[in-house]
Amino acid sequence: MSSDASRLGFYLLLAPILLWLVVLIILPHVGLFVVSISEKIGPREYEIGMGNYAAFFQEPLFWRTFARTAIMSILATALTLILGFPIAYYIAKLTQGRTKTTLFLMCMIPFWVSELVRTFGWMILLRETGVISNGLQALGLVSGPVEFLYNDAAIMVGLVYTSILFMVVPLVTTLDSLDNSLIEAGYDLGGSSTAVMREIVIPHAMPGIVSGCIVVFMLSLGNYLTPILLGGKDSLWFTGMIYTQFITRFNWELGSAFGFLLLILSSLVVFLGLKLSGQSLSETMGRS
Amino acid sequence: MIPTVPQPVFAKWCYRAYVVAFFIYLALPLTVVGVFAFNNSVFPSLPWEGFTLAWFFGTEAPYIGVFHERSILRAIGTSAVVALWVSGLAVTVGTCNAFLFVRHEFRGKAFLYILMLLPLIIPGVILGISILVFSSSIANTLEDATGLWFDGLRPGLILVILGQFSFITTFATLVISARLQKFDPSLEEAALNLGASQWGAIRQITLPFLLPAIVASAVVSILMSFENFNTTLMLVGSDSPLTIAMFDKLKQGSTPVLNAVSLLLIAVSAALGLISLLFQSNKQ
Amino acid sequence: MLPAPPDLICRDITKHFDAFRAVDHVNFEVPQGSFFSILGPSGCGKTTLLRMIAGFQEPTSGDLLIKGKSVIGVPPNRRPVSMVFQHLALFPTMNIGDNVGFGLRQRGVARAEIRRRVDDVLDRVGLPGVSARRVDQLSGGQKQRVAIARCMVLEPDVLLLDEPLGALDQKLREHMKVELKSLQAAFNTTFVYITHDQSEALVMSDNVAVMNKGQFEQIGPPQEVYHRPATAFVAGFVGDANTFEAKVTAVNGSMLTLATQTGAQMNVSAPQSGFDTGQRVDVFLRPEAIELVASDMAAQNGDNISPGTVTSVLFNGANSALTVRDTATGAMINVALPQTGAFAGIGTGDTVYTRWDPTKARCYAAPGVK
Repeated sequence: MSSDASRLGFYLLLAPILLWLVVLIILPHVGLFVVSISEKIGPREYEIGMGNYAAFFQEPLFWRTFARTAIMSILATALTLILGFPIAYYIAKLTQGRTKTTLFLMCMIPFWVSELVRTFGWMILLRETGVISNGLQALGLVSGPVEFLYNDAAIMVGLVYTSILFMVVPLVTTLDSLDNSLIEAGYDLGGSSTAVMREIVIPHAMPGIVSGCIVVFMLSLGNYLTPILLGGKDSLWFTGMIYTQFITRFNWELGSAFGFLLLILSSLVVFLGLKLSGQSLSETMGRS
Repeated sequence: MIPTVPQPVFAKWCYRAYVVAFFIYLALPLTVVGVFAFNNSVFPSLPWEGFTLAWFFGTEAPYIGVFHERSILRAIGTSAVVALWVSGLAVTVGTCNAFLFVRHEFRGKAFLYILMLLPLIIPGVILGISILVFSSSIANTLEDATGLWFDGLRPGLILVILGQFSFITTFATLVISARLQKFDPSLEEAALNLGASQWGAIRQITLPFLLPAIVASAVVSILMSFENFNTTLMLVGSDSPLTIAMFDKLKQGSTPVLNAVSLLLIAVSAALGLISLLFQSNKQ
Repeated sequence: MLPAPPDLICRDITKHFDAFRAVDHVNFEVPQGSFFSILGPSGCGKTTLLRMIAGFQEPTSGDLLIKGKSVIGVPPNRRPVSMVFQHLALFPTMNIGDNVGFGLRQRGVARAEIRRRVDDVLDRVGLPGVSARRVDQLSGGQKQRVAIARCMVLEPDVLLLDEPLGALDQKLREHMKVELKSLQAAFNTTFVYITHDQSEALVMSDNVAVMNKGQFEQIGPPQEVYHRPATAFVAGFVGDANTFEAKVTAVNGSMLTLATQTGAQMNVSAPQSGFDTGQRVDVFLRPEAIELVASDMAAQNGDNISPGTVTSVLFNGANSALTVRDTATGAMINVALPQTGAFAGIGTGDTVYTRWDPTKARCYAAPGVK
């Protein structure tokens, strides 16, 4: 085989990926940054400056929404981990054969269904005329209709629901790879259930926990549908604010600055998560 | 906490009850969406007014079923066009990427690999606005320079396709690379040894081996494209794909026709999802 | 003062899995400080038995006593036994020191004390100064010793070993057999070792139990199990043997005269077994019990002697053997070929005479026929 032909093949393979990454990922983000540091001084006239970022820090509504989105996302991630871990453990360690496959597939099915449909389902359940309100009235627990929608708890329920599968699936994979004899050895050497969990199971599951948490945090941070539909008009989610600046206010400069701030936050959290657990992006994401 | 280590009976039952509660939580929203598609009422909520199929087949207002609702049908068509384009592009580029990362060693490979993973950790909304900003500025520049119109670079289906393609390709690359890694290169060498050309060996030996992964990633790409919302929202023009159309309807106040569409979506996605899993697990 | 009770007593232990009886009324005792092996083919129930002693399975019936106290219903983390797992089960997320110190940490021992005892036990297994290393930095044999150290640091009453040598290569396995035996002697702890490898059991044990289909066929010192197997299964499973099916044609005191199906006559000594004329029997004869002689000169005191042709020479150092076809009957037998030089020039096609003492063969009633 001539090395010329193989070089040609190599460049033919290199072309699509470079085209994809440069044109659709790198340049747009550079462009986003450039727009975010442009200040409008007249019709179609701009100058470079940090005014958009200054506006973000000066206007409490902006940075409070930003902080609120971050904190709620962290909360949703923690909640998802706490709720999802026992499920993943149950599937990985306490079931076998067909039961295991079935439970795993049951976990996967909501993941295949559009987020819009899932959120719609929660609206039907939670709203004033919804199933839960009516159920509670029928049981005589409340006297009139109750509105469960349009509050932070509803957002939380929706966020956890939307992302729990991204927690359960990597956890099941890592817990599956934990040899039962390691758990048995832990007990055999005198460990209590708590000690075995803390010293053997959780350290082993750490890669899954990290990749699950990263994905869930990003999904929550970047979520638009769930907070808008379940949280209502005043949901104060940062992506909603970006949408408003871009589409309603047509203030692309400020919107770009918001977008860039969100990107920095999400990258920072991914970076810290990987650093703290001593893992690389390739092994964490490449596995999913 | 494994079957061979004895645990108190009470703890075991509590654990099981939690698992059951979890799966109810998981199934509940999808179930109510499905059930209310058959409610003979103009609102998707209680009380139950009796069973009807009008939200699927009805022709008279207000009971216009999915199969006669123009806007929904058009949105499904738009989504299908977008999904096919995205899937075709993503699988093609993904296959090239798989060969590049599995078969070639070059300087900067690790860096390029990380770059390839980046779309996974960029929030969809940001992907959307960055492409929107970039394409608009190119369009502005070109229009200023030439005086012609460049509608393809303005919000619309082309941008939607590019936006979805920009992150779905990463998934396709990962799935196809994983399978190519399992391929025994000596099979290809045997084909060369038996007189096949380089391309002939890849076409007759390697690509058939990759087929399950290619099919699976095509199906997953179609699904992801169909249900994508965040990126699409920022790039959409006058033709709305299904999720955007449904979102608009939902904001105006929903009727059970949305439940009917959702139920169809649930059924189709579940079926496609299972097919892709079967394809991936069967041949490995 | 009463003598100390045995470290481990199993009384009538039975374990059912649905209809299948994995362990079937097993009884044994292991005295303090001895090395006890349970030898059997895979699926004979030995792993189930070991896991019941460790507490990972509850017996359906019967009793288990450790140092005289019943441990039925005691969870595995409260039992005074430790186990070396088949694949060792060293915790990959911890270094060697943390692995060995795991059990002590669970007991709430002070940190300095843990460090001292971990270093001490690693010293005793011949691995000083490896505390800070990761598990995957050790060789197979070193991991083996760490797994034992991790158990021994807890000073268990009984150490259980689940075929820990299975994953090692041949050479290392031979070496570890000797080492395990000397570690056991050094710690003076009771070892219960299960294996399907007869050589491991024979080399290391004070007592061997041969297990088949959930039952113990024989318990005894290795020499006794090898030379006086109690059942046909033991005779076939432990060591190599030529087997013949035959029929008793005459009984003369303890001496039987047998005829094989192909018509060969042989004499076999079978004291206290009460065979009758006409009964079908299986005869087991070890290759090294057969002597090669150049001619049929002296057929003294009832020795069995017959001519044969060498069909193959299986050279394997000290374990070399010949396959010989009996001239009269066509039966194939394996004969050990001592590397003493006397038969150095023997080759395929040579005629030899085989001679064996009737007391060297073992004779059992054929199964299914009374």
